[in-house]
Amino acid sequence: MKSLSRILAVLRKEVRQLRRDRLTFGMVVGLPVMQMLLFGYAINTDVRNLEAAVADQAGTHLSRQFVAELAQTQVIDIVDRAATPEQLETLLRQGAISIGVYIPPDFDRRVVDGTRAAAHLLVDGSDPTILGVANQLRVMPFGFDAGGAAVAAPQALEVRPYYNPERRTPVNIVPGLMGVILTMTMILFTAVAIVRERERGNLELLINTPVSSLELMIGKVVPYILIGMVQLALILAVGRLLFDVPVRGSVVDLYLAAMAFIAANLSLGLFISTAARTQFQATQITVFILLPSILLSGFMFPFKGMPEVAQWLGEVLPNTHFIRLTRGIMLRDAALGELLGEMAYLVGFAAVAMTAAALRFTKRLD
Amino acid sequence: MSREFAIEARGLTKRFGDLVAVSQLDLDVPRGEIYGFLGPNGSGKSTTIRMLCGLLMPSDGKALVLDTEVPGDARRLKPRIGYMTQKFSLFGDMTVLENLQFIAEIYSYPRRERATRIEELLERYSLRDQRRQLAGTMSGGQKQRLALACAVLHRPELLLLDEPTSAVDPQSRRDFWSALFRLAEAGTTILVSTHYMDEAERCHRLAILDRGVKVADGTPTELQAGTGMHVVEVTSNDPYHAQLVIADIAAVASVTQLGVRLRVLIPDSENNPVELVEDAMHAANLDTHAELSTASLEDVFVAVTLDPQSRAA
Repeated sequence: MKSLSRILAVLRKEVRQLRRDRLTFGMVVGLPVMQMLLFGYAINTDVRNLEAAVADQAGTHLSRQFVAELAQTQVIDIVDRAATPEQLETLLRQGAISIGVYIPPDFDRRVVDGTRAAAHLLVDGSDPTILGVANQLRVMPFGFDAGGAAVAAPQALEVRPYYNPERRTPVNIVPGLMGVILTMTMILFTAVAIVRERERGNLELLINTPVSSLELMIGKVVPYILIGMVQLALILAVGRLLFDVPVRGSVVDLYLAAMAFIAANLSLGLFISTAARTQFQATQITVFILLPSILLSGFMFPFKGMPEVAQWLGEVLPNTHFIRLTRGIMLRDAALGELLGEMAYLVGFAAVAMTAAALRFTKRLD
Repeated sequence: MSREFAIEARGLTKRFGDLVAVSQLDLDVPRGEIYGFLGPNGSGKSTTIRMLCGLLMPSDGKALVLDTEVPGDARRLKPRIGYMTQKFSLFGDMTVLENLQFIAEIYSYPRRERATRIEELLERYSLRDQRRQLAGTMSGGQKQRLALACAVLHRPELLLLDEPTSAVDPQSRRDFWSALFRLAEAGTTILVSTHYMDEAERCHRLAILDRGVKVADGTPTELQAGTGMHVVEVTSNDPYHAQLVIADIAAVASVTQLGVRLRVLIPDSENNPVELVEDAMHAANLDTHAELSTASLEDVFVAVTLDPQSRAA
């Protein structure tokens, strides 16, 4: 009973301080919205309007039709014309264009013949994304209307995207972004929580009161779980309104998964807080965890495509497991029951980190 | 075990790496008294207080605080002691009232009596007008009164105050001390560290610490009587030269200038201290007047913190 009232005392204090701390309060709301807008609009792997130049040495009706169709895809934006492939190379080297389209003089025959490539794409291969786009263009089916008789150009592959038929990046980005935003804010809030009191001298007063380590930890974590929930709602709302990202599975499942994830991050933050001596250190350690959470969690790059060592590191991060949960629930309509392994990892992580934090936090100064 | 002493420490030692902050400290603090720790910065006052309330683990020795073993049972001790840190440690971004409420809650002060108790403290420590003010925006004296109010809210039996008056003006210091006397009259034992002589003089009993070692303890009167030194007060119109001359006398342990007066400490073994000084002054052609004086606490402090060599001289 006394224990509960002490936890409530710490909790009320945290809320009071949070309410007066406009910067942190602003971060609660501002950070998710800003990140959503930045990532949602800027990280767009649907590449459009790549600058291109065409060297059409055939100059036939068919070749002009081909160029027109390329332009219609809006993937490339024809900004220049060249006479020879050498000129295309120069433009490429100068960085004036990313893609050069070379149409050889015997283009019509190649199309009808179908055994050799009809045209060449000269690509700035230094950017893998552009190379990927070029590869997409290569397999794009072109229907040629050649003198009344429709000629179908050879069609290597047909790509049929599941779950995201429109191939919109935000659909894939937003569920992952939830994990990144929660990692950033949750770890940061609690990482700073105890260090700040140490720096301000409050800790010396607190540890002289009857409050126990665990009571103090719980009292500090609970308000932030609520904040995490608010952030989650905010991200979902922005995702829905601006990027039309669906939640195909159960919202309850999503919130349960998020609870486990938030608890894992807050506990990790508390652990950092017991290790760091200053707020600056705590922030640095947070960034140190945030970076792999963005790069190795499957948020930026497909998880299975990463080197094995990177995958091991990724498996340790809570965000990796949370992203699998959110993508599963939001995009593939998976039930939480089908993803129990990921859920169990998050709960276990939270328990271990919380215990470690409470053990590390002694009520002493030395 | 002891009804007589609130704190009993034996051989209390704290080392930080190679630095010995507190060395072999024995301490007996009688209940219901104001006990002072007098010493310069770095003499181990804060470290001792922190060990006594369980904030620091002693490297050696042990202490019995309110019959509770420290550091063993520090947790059971917390509700019974009040601690005021040297640096203001309340929450600057909460109001006076919110700080007091938080302290009342964290100490599980009976819910029904909380409001009355807080009003009583606001009244006693003249904080009524500041109740809605953020603690961080208050003056040094106000912060100190709030800190004391928070330290005594749960009516502790023992109050540990770590240089409570170092950041406040003289008037606030006087008010603060009258508050301490009221608490002591009501039965609270108070351990207070200070580097002000006038504050030390107000304590019932005090210990003088120097570089981690207790060099003297007792009531102020006992300490003043037991310096083992004659105090000669010398008045001269050229105190600067007089000081140089007196310092050269082999028997003199120390000379301190106070305006035009010089306080000269000469070991008890010297039979005619006044003559000794006057002869030296006349030999140097300096006009002078010397007379025996009683030791002030400042003289005691100087006497006990002298290094052993000059004491022997």
